[in-house]
Amino acid sequence: MPNKFPLWKNIMLLVVVAFAFIYAAPNLYPPDPALQLSGQSSAMQIDGAVLKKVEKALDAANIDHFSGEADGESALIRLTDAKLQMRAKQVVQAEMGGEYVVALNLAPTTPEWLSGLGGSPMKLGLDLSGGVHFLLEVDLDAALTTRLEGDLQEVKSSLREEKIRYRSFELKGQQIIGRFRNEAQLEQATSLVRENFRDLQPQFKQGQNPLTLVLELSEIASGQIEDNAIKQNLTSLRNRVNELGVSEPLVSRQGKNRIVVELPGVQDTAEAKRIIGKTANLEFRLEAEGRIGEMFEFRDGRGLDARLETSAVITGENVTDARSSYDENGRPQVNITLDTKGGWQMGHSTRDNVGRRLAVLFIEYKTKLEKSKAENGEIVITPVPFVEKHIISLATVQSQLGKSFRITGIDSQRESSELALLLRAGALAAPMYIVEERTIGPSLGADNIRLGVLSVSLGLALVLLFMIAVYRGFGVLANVALTMNLLLLVGFMSLLGATLTLPGIAGIVLTVGMAVDANVLIFSRIREELASGSSIQAAISGGYDRAFVSILDANITTLIVAVILFLIGSGPVQGFAVTLSIGILTSMFTSIVLTRGLVNAIVGGRKIEKLWI
Amino acid sequence: MSELKIYNFMGLRRIAVIFSAVLLLVSTVSLFSQGLVLGLDFSGGTQIEVGYKQPVNVADVRGQLEEAGFEDPVVLHFGSESEVLIRMQGEPDQGLAERIYSALVVNGEELDLRRVDFVGPQIGEELRDKGGLGMLIALVVVMLYVAIRFQFKFSVGAVLALVHDVLITLGIFSITRLEFDLTVLAATLAVVGYSLNDTIVVSDRIRENFRKIRKATAVEVINESLSQTLWRTINTSMTTMLVLLALFFFGGELIHNFAIALMIGVGIGTYSSIYVAATVMLAMNVDREDLIEPEEGELIDDLP
Repeated sequence: MPNKFPLWKNIMLLVVVAFAFIYAAPNLYPPDPALQLSGQSSAMQIDGAVLKKVEKALDAANIDHFSGEADGESALIRLTDAKLQMRAKQVVQAEMGGEYVVALNLAPTTPEWLSGLGGSPMKLGLDLSGGVHFLLEVDLDAALTTRLEGDLQEVKSSLREEKIRYRSFELKGQQIIGRFRNEAQLEQATSLVRENFRDLQPQFKQGQNPLTLVLELSEIASGQIEDNAIKQNLTSLRNRVNELGVSEPLVSRQGKNRIVVELPGVQDTAEAKRIIGKTANLEFRLEAEGRIGEMFEFRDGRGLDARLETSAVITGENVTDARSSYDENGRPQVNITLDTKGGWQMGHSTRDNVGRRLAVLFIEYKTKLEKSKAENGEIVITPVPFVEKHIISLATVQSQLGKSFRITGIDSQRESSELALLLRAGALAAPMYIVEERTIGPSLGADNIRLGVLSVSLGLALVLLFMIAVYRGFGVLANVALTMNLLLLVGFMSLLGATLTLPGIAGIVLTVGMAVDANVLIFSRIREELASGSSIQAAISGGYDRAFVSILDANITTLIVAVILFLIGSGPVQGFAVTLSIGILTSMFTSIVLTRGLVNAIVGGRKIEKLWI
Repeated sequence: MSELKIYNFMGLRRIAVIFSAVLLLVSTVSLFSQGLVLGLDFSGGTQIEVGYKQPVNVADVRGQLEEAGFEDPVVLHFGSESEVLIRMQGEPDQGLAERIYSALVVNGEELDLRRVDFVGPQIGEELRDKGGLGMLIALVVVMLYVAIRFQFKFSVGAVLALVHDVLITLGIFSITRLEFDLTVLAATLAVVGYSLNDTIVVSDRIRENFRKIRKATAVEVINESLSQTLWRTINTSMTTMLVLLALFFFGGELIHNFAIALMIGVGIGTYSSIYVAATVMLAMNVDREDLIEPEEGELIDDLP
């Protein structure tokens, strides 16, 4: 048995080792806390002059900063102390005003030659970086109902236009039910719906009252509405998240009707919740004349209660944009843009109502949990959704309004930007409820990193000592393999952009403990071969060959379990599954191929009296 | 190197059966009668962790919260005397963190809001279903893999060993009233992976020996195989235990139970890979015949 690797195998080993060092290295350079400054609109120029102004403000507030850069679109200013990040943001925001978005950020410090090779540090999960995680559930039934309500009004008005008389038309659940006096009217109405409302399908069921028309949304239509609702909610959530000025937010769909929002590094969670957690809608309603109508309070409790008409002119769905700005006299105002349909309805309703007041009603969907006793005496907790409606603006209509108009008479710039934000926030197609929320404070995140690093290094040290004590010379080889395995694991995770979480670190620790298993197997086999009287070279070769099948089977089954864990898990648990899977793969390489290469290089093809194993 | 000592493991298998049966019975009874203490991930609700500068008394904190109008808050120490976990029913509404904060700083204490978790009841329920489902899928897939790679009797042995390990790990969590959260579920699945690893290595050796040693009873073959793999089994368990100890003592409170679950699982898994899988195989009368593979593509050339 020559026990020699061909040249190409040795070169491959060197390449892999170099790869591990290069791609694990960026993790040695912790990122700097930084501020990122960008404009509300893309037309704004963020250049050296703007940067100077920011730096001057920071100097004045005694906040240490360095190497500011501006590239026209945004500016990045590094700070020396993460604790000063929040204060720095306030200082800069106050100096620059609402036109600018100031975001907390982490600026990479990866040396250029490493980032040139595509190297970057591992991404940290929320449990390590601190931040907020929301899981929102979109109420798709409500989206369908809203649509049906609109359709109901339109069906009614087109029946009136065509002079087709009906007894009643109403919405029951997800069905529109119309009653008629005679067959002829029913037939006329049915053909009108068939012709003009493609999305509504007349239902004919046995036992149905012969003079009723039952309309349901077609499957395609409801599928489309649901899909659009999720998409629109995603878009408006993304817009809202951008308002928060978070450097790397995640907003993505999960499953059929859920949306995940992750805001790493957010410290002011109240602010985040105010904007995201406020699942909201809007209605524009005219103030009621006389005593008929609904009473509403002002949201901030400032103005007097007002009585509004019961039906809305338009809803938040029709609002495409709302921005705060200043009028000719430098007083704050909010510019609102509507979609075509909304603009038409607004024009129609305000034409004859100049001089009356128009209110913006802010509708919040919230949930409270209610305890109740089930029949078997068990206490069950059920989420009960409820709705809160408040007026956020009540202004006199000065002239007929169209697609775009403005709300003036606002006291402060703060108020106008708040109103604009709420108007944009209200542009949701369907209400959403928060079903999961996790906030991790920055101090806990930092602790988790510290404890994670400590337990990885301690676990590694213990295993290294154990291996040397038990397997002596070959233990050293196994230790080299183990250390390389850790480097490879970190290198791969950094390169793949995998997210490191606390359970992920636990997975790394576990990998450290389990990775030596392959070497233990191999070494036990070599000992056995020696005991049964094989020559040293034959024992090495035989040991590796025989152990291979066991190692493969054992690792594949563990990999199966890790993959299943990834598929069923969420967030942090997936992080565990990822490190475990990558760890299994890298450990197979290091413990089989790498140690063999080392053994071959050291004892391969030589005459040796005794194997130090 | 001395000749390998063969231990008569299987001679003790009746005792092992009784031992396992008792553990399984106790675990099952506890799981059915009092169940698991489900963590927030599965039960739903709200919890807030706050850190004080100095040790605090949980009763004081509870008092302060009740005074501020919070209903039945559960307050306990978390990891250290100066860290406190507060559990409440219901959703953290806007400003909950601020309200708790202001309720707790009335006496001028300095405190640090470490985390706020809210999990809706429907999410908890889904996770419970998904966790159970994942466990079942894992067992079935593993059973198939082992059946294909080895043989049906081996796969029954391996899966029963896994069920054994998982049930006892869960049982111990139920008996000791330790909290079962998402990380513990992950640990339990990792136990499946680990225990399987052990069982496969042993099975692999049993298969090899059945083919190699022609004149021996099944018990003798299994004893020899177990003796040969004994040191590997012990050494790997040792290294894994070492890192788990590091996690247990230094990994922080959040993965405390994760480490405990794995330590129990690794301990039980080591035992079960020696006794449970092999005993099951013997009970099913495993013998050489089961492992003779049809030798494919082998032609015997008679010509000189």
